[in-house]
Amino acid sequence: MAQLLQHLINGLAAGTIYALVALGYTMVYGVLKLINFAHGDVMMVGVYMGYATAFAIGREARGSFLGIAAVFAVAMLGCALFGFLIERFAYRPLREKPRLTALITAIGISFALSYGFQLDIGFLPGASPRAFPEIIEPKEWIIIGDRDVVVWNWQVISFLIAVGLMVGLQYLVFGTRFGRAMRAVSWDHRVAALMGIPTDRVIALTFMLSSGLAAGAGLLYAIKDTSVSPLMGLYVGLKAFVAAVIGGIGHVPGAVVGALVLGLVEEFVVGYAASTWRDAVAFGFLILVLLVKPGGLFGRVAAEKV
Amino acid sequence: MSDAQVKILGERQAFAPLLTVEGIKVHYGAIQALRGVSLSVGKGEVVALIGANGAGKTSTLRAVSGMLKASAGRIHFGGQETTSLKAHQLVPRGMAHAPEGRGIFPNLTVLENLELGAYLRRDTADIRADMEKNFTLFPVLKERRNQMAGTLSGGEQQMLAIARALLSRPQLLLLDEPSLGLAPQVTETIFRTLRDVNKAGVSVLLVEQNAHLALNSAHYGYVLETGEVVMAGPGKALLESAEVRRAYLGE
Repeated sequence: MAQLLQHLINGLAAGTIYALVALGYTMVYGVLKLINFAHGDVMMVGVYMGYATAFAIGREARGSFLGIAAVFAVAMLGCALFGFLIERFAYRPLREKPRLTALITAIGISFALSYGFQLDIGFLPGASPRAFPEIIEPKEWIIIGDRDVVVWNWQVISFLIAVGLMVGLQYLVFGTRFGRAMRAVSWDHRVAALMGIPTDRVIALTFMLSSGLAAGAGLLYAIKDTSVSPLMGLYVGLKAFVAAVIGGIGHVPGAVVGALVLGLVEEFVVGYAASTWRDAVAFGFLILVLLVKPGGLFGRVAAEKV
Repeated sequence: MSDAQVKILGERQAFAPLLTVEGIKVHYGAIQALRGVSLSVGKGEVVALIGANGAGKTSTLRAVSGMLKASAGRIHFGGQETTSLKAHQLVPRGMAHAPEGRGIFPNLTVLENLELGAYLRRDTADIRADMEKNFTLFPVLKERRNQMAGTLSGGEQQMLAIARALLSRPQLLLLDEPSLGLAPQVTETIFRTLRDVNKAGVSVLLVEQNAHLALNSAHYGYVLETGEVVMAGPGKALLESAEVRRAYLGE
């Protein structure tokens, strides 16, 4: 029983991080019908921004609340700007081209980032993974029984940050004028423009938002993993993409549910079977979901609009 | 290709100019949809565009509202050249376009759709007043305001599209096939509302398959054929023309 509870906690902690990244895939897909394969790598760039900030402010400052806030703020804002630039110069010129063009561009950006960051020139970090500084010093916060169940402080903090960001996003999408515009653009950006909605700006802001959230999630992941590497974006990005598809891509709450389910599935495989099976089961689970519900858990399969 | 070939029937009632379109051309890839269309709409005027499928009626509306870019020609609206402006830049200048196929947002509620119509307005109190006015025009929308717009019937969706377009307080309302797929009674309600809207000072540029209905409610009309205006005249004059009766009224 205690073991089950422990796995549940670990699974949820991992799932909330996937959720933040998955939301980025789903939001961009929502407004552009583009699967932004570079999303995970944009996240990785954000993590390196946080990494650089943590070193720049020094060992003393990074343990304090302000220090943590600074690391997150620099990474998230910097990454939002980075996402803006990618949209503006890589995707926007291709807006009216066939969708495949933008998709291939996204894959190109993904590889350019994940392999470009393995170079050891100038500010680029080089291929080897680096230890991520402990900006949240690990502490056991809740211990049940004789260490039967242990909840770490970073699990709680990361869960709270992730849930906070998700609640904020839910409010933004469903409770504000901007969110209404976003949902209108997501249905049909040409009709949305007839309402006076500046669709280019809405799309740019969506990219900034999803990139910022990804940077936040990437930092939480790096804190959990205590490392950062140029290839982390491919790995985390792929998992989060799977989560978004399980939930039904384009569906905001679906991405969260898909990510939590994926986090739990992975944790249970590691806990009760073998960790080497984790990815196989994760992707097998995706196939299973798509066999039963081709649109994902919450998505609906709609006929292509002509 | 020039206006010289347009057959004009009768005198046009005088209105102050609001929209002037001169010789616009539109291409979809290699296909030319408009081969130089010229027309105008005055302040307070209702103008109908009639023609067969594929004659370029919808393309004309789309070029006017900035949804499509014209490859040649000029458009003036409200005393300014607007040829190169995009759709979202024309809305604050007083243009509202209820597009073909209604173009409502089925994933949003009726109320959210209406609020998007007033997206650029900040005068909250006036928006609320306009919303109420709309609800008196179309009481069914008030009943269903919290329903997803995709669950409305065809006629209700058309009402929503018109109500939403009106919420931007337009000077000119572009309407694409408001009667398409609707029961005659519903169509009648919608056209009655259009007359009220026009009486309140809004100009209307109307595209319709139902030529009889369109010309009856319009001050002036244009007949489009394969991307060109071939005939123009007051609504009544066009209705009485033998050519129009033969080609578009099935006589």
